[in-house]
Amino acid sequence: MIVEIGAFALILSLILSVLQTGASALARVRRGPVLAAVGEGAAIAAFFTLAVAFAALIYAFVVSDFSVANVAANSHSAKPLLYRVGGAWGSHEGSMLMWCLALTGFGALLAGYGRGLTAGLKAVAVATQGALGIAFLAYTVFASNPFWRLTDPPVEGRSLNPLLQDPALILHPPFLYVGYVGLSVVFSLAIAALVEGRADAAWARWVRPWTLAAWSGLTVGITLGAFWAYYELGWGGWWFWDPVENASFMPWLIATALLHSAVVTERRGALPGWTIFLALGGYTFSMLGAFLVRSGVLTSVHAFAVDPTRGVLLLTILGVTAGLGFALFAWRAPAMARGGMFAPISRESALVLNNILLAAATATVLLGTLYPLIREAMAGEAISVGPPYFNLTFTPLMFILLLLLPAGPLLAWKRADAGAALQRLWVAALLAAVAAVATLALAEPRSLFGAAGLALGVWLIVGSATEVAERIRLFRAPRGEVLRRLGGLPRGTWGMTLAHAGLGVFVLGAVFETTWKAETAEVLALGQRLEVAGYVVALENVAPVQGPNYEAEQATLRAFAPNGTLACMARPERRLYSAGGQTTSEVAICTRGLSHLYVVLGERRSGADGEPVWLVTGYWNPWALLIFLGPGLMALGGVVSLSDRRLRLAAGRRATPAMPAGPEPASQPVGEPA
Amino acid sequence: MTALGRWLAIACAVLCLGAASDPGERLADPAQEARARALFKEVRCLVCQNESIDASNAELAQDLRAIVRQEVAQGRSDVEVRRFLTDRYGEYVLLKPRFSWANAALWLFPLLVVLGGAGLLVGRWRSPQAESAALSSEETEALARLADDPGADRGSAS
Repeated sequence: MIVEIGAFALILSLILSVLQTGASALARVRRGPVLAAVGEGAAIAAFFTLAVAFAALIYAFVVSDFSVANVAANSHSAKPLLYRVGGAWGSHEGSMLMWCLALTGFGALLAGYGRGLTAGLKAVAVATQGALGIAFLAYTVFASNPFWRLTDPPVEGRSLNPLLQDPALILHPPFLYVGYVGLSVVFSLAIAALVEGRADAAWARWVRPWTLAAWSGLTVGITLGAFWAYYELGWGGWWFWDPVENASFMPWLIATALLHSAVVTERRGALPGWTIFLALGGYTFSMLGAFLVRSGVLTSVHAFAVDPTRGVLLLTILGVTAGLGFALFAWRAPAMARGGMFAPISRESALVLNNILLAAATATVLLGTLYPLIREAMAGEAISVGPPYFNLTFTPLMFILLLLLPAGPLLAWKRADAGAALQRLWVAALLAAVAAVATLALAEPRSLFGAAGLALGVWLIVGSATEVAERIRLFRAPRGEVLRRLGGLPRGTWGMTLAHAGLGVFVLGAVFETTWKAETAEVLALGQRLEVAGYVVALENVAPVQGPNYEAEQATLRAFAPNGTLACMARPERRLYSAGGQTTSEVAICTRGLSHLYVVLGERRSGADGEPVWLVTGYWNPWALLIFLGPGLMALGGVVSLSDRRLRLAAGRRATPAMPAGPEPASQPVGEPA
Repeated sequence: MTALGRWLAIACAVLCLGAASDPGERLADPAQEARARALFKEVRCLVCQNESIDASNAELAQDLRAIVRQEVAQGRSDVEVRRFLTDRYGEYVLLKPRFSWANAALWLFPLLVVLGGAGLLVGRWRSPQAESAALSSEETEALARLADDPGADRGSAS
């Protein structure tokens, strides 16, 4: 019964979305406030009905109702509760429902909190958001309905892939979807700006918080995915340039570019067309990701789709949505004002340069992901594009971008003095040089890439701090004034500094881990040991362990630090999930400062005299923690920036009655670049 | 969303732990072993999706590692090893696409985006209005109010 309520609520949500689009579009044409209110009401109702549908699906998973096809295919009654709940969005159908939940949720937020927007802009944005909802809701209802019943229900479900039964992967999709789908609001606002023929500072200020929210969600989601890969896949890799990762990374790159270009539009009224272009691009890449991941086009290059019908439908949604959006752009954008001028050396130029490099980086990832498909379609030749390609193209682009980054915030708007900005960065430059020299002198084996990377990390962290030090006049003003200025710094500034410094932290970790990672594999009998990076790991015992839905072989290893003291007891496992017959590895990670000693239990073999031996691999992943801490800081920066009083003022100015058509006065407080 | 795709893409990695460094497979000479390991990272495990033979333990990956190690042990250069592999398995086996005309778009497109963007930017700077780019007093004032922070009173240097 509850499942039927869910199915009904899903369809109701689709109908409400149609109402939302129709009423809001009509409200724009007729300038009718009542119709606009109907549209907004429908948007909020669509979200609540979809929340009911989503709750019903979770219920079906929790009680293991195997008469529901989706539950039977993706759950198992012996699975722990957490993973039964998470299974609701671990499957294709459930994840589409979550996508719709996010779409309608953002639509409801837009309708409920968009009171500072001009009536026309808001009506078009709500209508567009409704239309985006219709596309995906219709797809879910008719082609990927998670509530479909089985006529002949099985006694037991087929279970969720055990690799995915992991806390990080339960949280990973919701964050990722906040990011993917958060960009839909930006898309809707861009369409509204094109219809209204204006993208001014007030509009850009509206784009900022939604982009920030989406960007922060994407950052957390991608990091959780990388962290999961790091500890679950059993060899310490965290980024593979896998098409699926690229699919989530491209919207992130675009959102990052958009955050920066929206600042230019907001502060200087410049680049409105480009900002709209990026705003359309963000959600387009989100949909592209949804298509690439779900159609099976990329995971198996030779067969077009795992489920051709679904793939074609998603491609159609992508093509029609993006096609209409960019057609509108081509029609309307040329007529829009070009905005303020700026000199070659200026904050604007720095931000444009940031956008050029990020656009090129996105193009690299896009091309690297799709090129095998293109070559195959055009010439019938199969080629591979793997990590070596991205290391040679993406990495240099990022290197240039990050090298220039600390100077950007120090440049003045419109016309700046590059020499003065660089002069202020002398401390950062000095420390970066010291880091490079020290690395070359001390780290074994010697690596130029490692030294350059570490210098870059230091340059980013100290360079970002320099901007704050400048603004509070550290060491130049009396202490009282410094403190007063420190207290007066807007949260947007803190957010920007945190995000930029977080990038530096990530660079430090990524470079150090990649360059000086050590690995030792040995076949060990009980009592034998292996050595990795000075650590001695001794195999003491291997015992069977019974989990809730798996059987495991658990090893106990004693790890000694280079100075001979006990570092930790490592207990890696090899698990057999009987439901699906899969084997997984549960690695043991000893955290030593910022570094990880990472121990993997491999297969059992039989030794020379018949006694059992195990393949044990020890990895030393230096500074690995920073790889995940850095993006964490970046996301935190996004959230801090989002909490900026001035952004909230702009976003939720409820006291103000309906805005008159026209640009807001420039004296309105606005956020800082983030 | 990551669920299915990721699983398909990296399924091999899991069934195949620490394989490339398995002591049973290693070459005796550490320098040769290091070269072989570097090559592994450029060679695709053909039956896995988007995975190098360094990370995979599919049977084919194991065979390919044996081939690469054997070639390296016989003193073949990296180029020769790569040619040996592409002769048998086609270009598909290389994770790093060749610098060829067919791949020109792949390698050059990012550069074109940078050059195109830089061209547009320079064109903007050169337009006549850019000459008077200093902030007018009203603009300075407006910016100071916009910035609404202690740093803003540094005027045009803020």
